[in-house]
Amino acid sequence: MELLREVADWFADPARWTGTDGIPNRLVEHVTLSGLVVVAALAIALPIGLYIGHTGRAAIVAIGAANLGRAVPSYALLLVFFPFFGLGFGTAFPALLLLAIPPILTNTYVGLRDVDRDTVEAARGMGMTEWQLLRGVELPIALPVIVAGIRTSAVQVVATATLAALVAGGGLGRYIVDGFALQDDGRLIGGAVLVALLALATERVLTLVERRLVSPGLRGGSRPGGQAYEMAGQAPAPVTTGV
Amino acid sequence: MIRWEWIPANLGQLFAALVDHLILTGIAVGVGFAISLALAIVVHRWRSLYAPIAGTAGILYTIPSLALFAFLVPFTGLSLLTAEIGLVSYTLLILLRNIVAGLDSVSPEVQEAAEGMGYTAGQRFLRVELPLATPLIVAGLRIATVTTIGLVMVTALIGEGGLGQVMLRGFNFRNYAAVYAGAVATVLLAIVVDLALVALGRLATPWARARGA
Repeated sequence: MELLREVADWFADPARWTGTDGIPNRLVEHVTLSGLVVVAALAIALPIGLYIGHTGRAAIVAIGAANLGRAVPSYALLLVFFPFFGLGFGTAFPALLLLAIPPILTNTYVGLRDVDRDTVEAARGMGMTEWQLLRGVELPIALPVIVAGIRTSAVQVVATATLAALVAGGGLGRYIVDGFALQDDGRLIGGAVLVALLALATERVLTLVERRLVSPGLRGGSRPGGQAYEMAGQAPAPVTTGV
Repeated sequence: MIRWEWIPANLGQLFAALVDHLILTGIAVGVGFAISLALAIVVHRWRSLYAPIAGTAGILYTIPSLALFAFLVPFTGLSLLTAEIGLVSYTLLILLRNIVAGLDSVSPEVQEAAEGMGYTAGQRFLRVELPLATPLIVAGLRIATVTTIGLVMVTALIGEGGLGQVMLRGFNFRNYAAVYAGAVATVLLAIVVDLALVALGRLATPWARARGA
């Protein structure tokens, strides 16, 4: 109960709600960093994934990215990049970006590959150009799977942006890292609550988006988003991941 | 600037950290597997429990590791127990899903055949369902193990960490040779362990090899 009071006091402190170390600023830092990373990852992974998925060429890139993304821990990346990029954003951004690309790339590829071959043949038979086929057939069918990849990526990034505090970046991770350093349990738990809520909220919101994007013609069956990242890993694996 | 000579001079320390890393991973995946198998058996029988159990595991999985450790430290301190509770909780969703998917993949015909041969439910589970589920279970173990090897690094912040500890100390003392050595060793460890699990999976499913040949 002592602990609960410490946490409550930490949240109740007026200083918590203003200035650089206030919750609003830390939240904005966290969301901005995560958002920029995901947008950059989309800009890189989506075109490559669409190309590989549509043409079937260089599939090894998509599968390799998935496996590599899992084997190289983000914590290691942050520390490895630090000597090159220094304190803060410069290190956190590329480390998180490398983490964010694989799920989007892999899911985009798998989503397009899983479009029924007969459907693709039918579209070609109707005289669709490759571009029309991609825009009008493959993309709408694959969209929930692609969004599932974006969700995986975003949740990972939001979770790992917490570690950016290690390399003196901002964000909500500051409270946890400082809480450990100062042995201040109120700050530690307060920060943990905020980080956990942000990760869960990100996952929730993107799950809802994903459900809404299922093409009307495909509704009623099992949710297509569920299996994608898994096949690339040759196994059913979680679709969303905190790190 | 980077003192590469640190690496050959500290191979002993690196090896000790590698072993630590492997032990931390082994405990987490072992305990996680035992819990997941028990949960999967329950879920396999009472299907309505799957959604709530997987949902809970999903929430645990989504909570960032640093936050989870932060929640635990006031209760269990900077200890091995804190590290393992966190690590185990991240394996549950992966393993549970794969074990259940593996058990589900056994076709009803096979189950009926086993029943027809006079197997009891327990015998059928051990001798038919579990072996046939092995490929998916091994796939889950691979993902869980590689993920855990990465997560063990984060436990450096609560005083454990294996190779993560080497990296964190290197980082704090601006000894980047240690940072790189730790990172490379971790990735190699992940790859070697993953290959070992693939080999184990092959050994455990000789029938699949016979069919493949």
